[in-house]
Amino acid sequence: MTSSLAPFLIFYVGAGLAAITRGRLRQVLLMAIPLVGGINLFYLGRGDLVAFGLFDYDLILLRVDKLSFLFSIVFHIAAFLGIVFALHVKDTTQHVSGILYAGSSIGAVFAGDLITLFIFWEMTAITSVFLILARKSSRSQATAMRYLIIQVMSGVILLAGVLVRYQQTGSVEFTFIGLDGPGGALILLAFGIKAAFPLLHSWLTDAYPEATPTGTIFLSAFTTKLAVYALARGFPGTEILIYVGATMTAFPIFYAVIENDLRKVLSYSLINQVGFMVTGIGIGTTLALNGAVSHAFAHIIYKALLFMSMGAVLFRTGKINGTDLGGLYKSMPLTSIFCIVGAASISAFPLFSGFVAKSMVLAAAVEEGHPIVWMVLLFASAGVFHHSGIKIPFFAFFAHDSGIRCKEAPFNMLAAMAVAAFLCIAIGVYPAPLYSLLPFEVNFDPYTAGHVLAQAQLLFFSALAFTYLKLSGLYPPEMVGVNVDAEWSYRRLLPRAVSAFIATFGPIDHAVRHLAMRGTQRVIVWIFRHHGPEGVLAATMPSGAMVLGVVSVLAIFLLLYFVS
Amino acid sequence: MNSKEKRYIFDNPRNVKVLIYALYVVCAVLVGLDFVIHRHSEYALEAWYGFYGIYGFVACVFLVLAAKEMRKIVRRRETYYDDK
Repeated sequence: MTSSLAPFLIFYVGAGLAAITRGRLRQVLLMAIPLVGGINLFYLGRGDLVAFGLFDYDLILLRVDKLSFLFSIVFHIAAFLGIVFALHVKDTTQHVSGILYAGSSIGAVFAGDLITLFIFWEMTAITSVFLILARKSSRSQATAMRYLIIQVMSGVILLAGVLVRYQQTGSVEFTFIGLDGPGGALILLAFGIKAAFPLLHSWLTDAYPEATPTGTIFLSAFTTKLAVYALARGFPGTEILIYVGATMTAFPIFYAVIENDLRKVLSYSLINQVGFMVTGIGIGTTLALNGAVSHAFAHIIYKALLFMSMGAVLFRTGKINGTDLGGLYKSMPLTSIFCIVGAASISAFPLFSGFVAKSMVLAAAVEEGHPIVWMVLLFASAGVFHHSGIKIPFFAFFAHDSGIRCKEAPFNMLAAMAVAAFLCIAIGVYPAPLYSLLPFEVNFDPYTAGHVLAQAQLLFFSALAFTYLKLSGLYPPEMVGVNVDAEWSYRRLLPRAVSAFIATFGPIDHAVRHLAMRGTQRVIVWIFRHHGPEGVLAATMPSGAMVLGVVSVLAIFLLLYFVS
Repeated sequence: MNSKEKRYIFDNPRNVKVLIYALYVVCAVLVGLDFVIHRHSEYALEAWYGFYGIYGFVACVFLVLAAKEMRKIVRRRETYYDDK
């Protein structure tokens, strides 16, 4: 028996039911949604299962192949983790938008054509913005609007690209796109915005730290990884992505080191991690693509785990800045342990999930002869351990004692973190099930003695560097403040430029309009003088004057007649 | 701090020291293992003894010191964007 029920429908219907239920019933219902979805996935057939024609377009609502299947599984897991973590929340908006957002992302990965992809692409933007708005601070409202504008813009660019491409090729099917024409370039730009390419990334570091403690779990899982999926399908082997990806791995870690808001540190490291995936897609060999998508799979889970641990800290203490935290291992020992598991996974410690996934991308970079890219990725690997692996747990749970004594995270939060931590270790210890899901056959063994040794050296000496810098006092202390990044261009430069423009051209505009007004005024006065009540042309003429006129015309007519 | 409060593991400086010494030992052992285990290496650079250790250490020190300099350029007061 196979199913051909579109998986997003379960989430959309579930969200509707969640909106009209309350209390325990809603909690049970919420958890049932990804579980029912999972059962449906298990029975889902393969191929183009739901297709129909609309006007001239052939739309494929449900295409199941290895790539879309893998992403749909991890999206179901992420939805489940996010739901359990947010189970204590009473806010209907957050629950409904979280479910709709997860459902839209799942709808997008099963889209077999670019029009359907566009619809779900925009749906992810519209449904997710409520997770930021729900923070209900004036800062989050402004952030949410910036987020929405940029996300919707990505969709509009995608649609433009799709239509241009349709003119060229006559097809809207979502297969390999490449950079041959202007349509492909526009589509790549649209994907690039959601994937947080360098200089297009600021929406992410702006919005994710401003969302609710539970909302960020959903945000961290879907949007960027949907873009990774779209790139893997549309642009594998596109060379420019190698360099874009390598840049993404390297530049955010500098910001992560000096950032005070720990959820913003995680946002920067999210970009760093997506960089590895983008590099893998750019290299485009079977090993590299396997690496990119398996890294996406592992990453969604450990990133959610890290955001959950910081969300729990924010929920319990109301604080998230490194300057305010420290010593929380005393109050939140379990959360600390889960955070360390997430940190070990993102750092790619042997036996944790990052190790079995990320290594493939590095191996592919070596195999395909990209020594510089390989050096950059290695640098970024050491760097990610430094800020996500050490900095996050260290400043939140250890470092100097902030004196904060709070309760351990609520049970549902701990349960979600426990499941995520279990998956991180399970994938790391026994990667075979993950490897069996990958789009290509895997001929890769991460656990060779040499590879384990190399990775252990890299990581332990990074820890040594941290210890050395800390003990010698060279390590920069956490400081309050914002670090300006690419968002400066539209949050500072653009408003400033607009004010400067108004200041310069305002007076000129005023003078020109004043002149025009005076001219018009004069014309009106002149017309009024002649046509107004007192004007000579407005006077009522006696009927004799009309007779005179008629006689004159007649006389001229007769004269002309006579002459001719 | 309240004297009645329970003392936790890292409140004792000796435990912190033990942890740091353990790290030194692990690092030394890992470099030592390089002489025993053959690492498959593609590049000549990679074949050096302790290459990954040295690279990791240098990378992190560079990262932190560079970021420290970068902070001087990019850091603004917290309300920077809120001021109109």
